[in-house]
Amino acid sequence: MSDRPIIRVQHVVKAFGKVTAVNDVSFDVRAGEIFAFLGPNGAGKTTTIKMLTTLLRPTTGSLELDGLDVTAHPMDVRKRFGVVFQDPSLDSDLTAWENMDIHGVLYHVPRHPRRERCEILLRMFELWDRRDDLVKTFSGGMKRRLEIARGLLHTPKVLFLDEPTLGLDPQSRNQMWTHVRSLNQTERVTVFLTTHYMDEADRVADRIAVIDHGRIVATGSAAELKDQTGTDSLEAAFLALTGTTIRDESATAADQMRQVARVWRR
Amino acid sequence: MAVIFVLWLREVKKYLRSRVQIVASLGGPLMYLGVLGFGLGPVFRRAGEGSYLQFMAPGVIGMAVLFTAMFSGIAMLWDRQFGFLKETLVAPVPRLAIMIGRTLGGATVAVLQGALIFAVTLIAGFRPESVLAVPLAFLVIVLIAVVFAALATAIGSTIKEMQGFQMVMNFLVMPIFFLSGAIYPLQGLPRVLAALTRIDPLTYGVDGVRGLLTGSAYFGVGLDLAVLFGVGVLFVAAGAWRFSRIEA
Ligand SMILES: Nc1ncnc2c1ncn2[C@@H]1O[C@H](COP(=O)(O)OP(=O)(O)OP(=O)(O)O)[C@@H](O)[C@H]1O
Ligand SMILES: [Mg+2]
Repeated sequence: MSDRPIIRVQHVVKAFGKVTAVNDVSFDVRAGEIFAFLGPNGAGKTTTIKMLTTLLRPTTGSLELDGLDVTAHPMDVRKRFGVVFQDPSLDSDLTAWENMDIHGVLYHVPRHPRRERCEILLRMFELWDRRDDLVKTFSGGMKRRLEIARGLLHTPKVLFLDEPTLGLDPQSRNQMWTHVRSLNQTERVTVFLTTHYMDEADRVADRIAVIDHGRIVATGSAAELKDQTGTDSLEAAFLALTGTTIRDESATAADQMRQVARVWRR
Repeated sequence: MAVIFVLWLREVKKYLRSRVQIVASLGGPLMYLGVLGFGLGPVFRRAGEGSYLQFMAPGVIGMAVLFTAMFSGIAMLWDRQFGFLKETLVAPVPRLAIMIGRTLGGATVAVLQGALIFAVTLIAGFRPESVLAVPLAFLVIVLIAVVFAALATAIGSTIKEMQGFQMVMNFLVMPIFFLSGAIYPLQGLPRVLAALTRIDPLTYGVDGVRGLLTGSAYFGVGLDLAVLFGVGVLFVAAGAWRFSRIEA
């Protein structure tokens, strides 16, 4: 594992009108590590991922991915990451295979390796038998697995996973992290993930950053965060760092409702 | 190139899979063909204008192409809502390629729909003057489709809410159709109406198709093609510009 940061975020601020979603955030992610970005609802996790994935421009500050400035070289940056968004982004009127294939074309993966890799990934995520079925006939968990498989198709250097296990049963969550870990080892893909399941973060992440109200409140390994807060579980450490009040600011309430709605829709 | 092709193919595949959409979108043009064809036919003949079906068939084909092409813009809103738009926006491909792939896909669907209506008018008794002119008529149909699919992409990139989109569509599509001379001749119109028909791109489309299929163009096929081509370039540029400014 090299120490060169593959992601470097420096003094990034993102304001939506009056709401400052991300407020002077700085952190590094090392190449090859699994990095967990934790925080309560509305903390600014998704906004940070959207900036790193070129979908939003920061108000101020700089973001680098693999040594490239994200705002200045969006095209080159896009070649280097895969992303599973918090909200679904599949075409449900197409089959699993077609979703994968279009992705491969969009990322300029040549035909032959594209097919091979589609097959490997669909088998790995146990979707091979359903490859010719329309995605709208899939369960929530299957869709999620397909999104992750798709994000890995072009062998990215960095994989962003924004709450990849939202709505998955314990079996699928477990299995998904096993795959992500193994891909992290075999393909050296750096993983940047968010989750609200502290046990997952504890188990898979090499390092963790905790964000609250748009600011980083702690960084370190799970053990370090527990030490720092004098707690014995990551969940307790998380609550010690971010408080126990529910985030019910007006903007966030809507977010929470959306989140509940999303879980139900699956 | 592969990117344009694959996004084009996506639209066409989705169209071919949605039988309901195909049948439902035949409804409007068929209704016009039936009701107006039979209802106004006798009046038209008595006025010494010949067969109304012969006159109106190109207009109904134009209508089908217009409706389908404009409707293709709604795919933008669905893709935004269901997230697929983001998948294309984070891919390392120029926005222009994405926009062109989508627009050509929408245009192709509109042409297919136009071909379907053309077949129906043939069954109903429409007789083109010359079979040789049919491919050329389809060139005009392709241009109509591109013009309005590009306009739809521009609108779909700008308006994010379904209701707003529906409203804009209603405000645009109906006037474009009624002002196009699809259902009445352009000769001897009141001055205001004549001016309005002249700024409607569909007027030139219908006129071109009518000129080629029945031999009676008002502006002349050459002018029709030139105007459609010019407006097409303009709208594709507008669509590309709007699309490039999307933030997700
Ligand atoms: N497009 C937007 N316009 C206005 N405000 C926004 C927008 N996107 C996010 N916000 C606000 O920015 C803040 C951070 O949102 P973000 O989605 O980054 O949170 P999050 O940490 O991902 O939360 P969650 O765990 O609920 O997904 C919230 O207050 C949210 O309401
Ligand atoms: Mg989020």
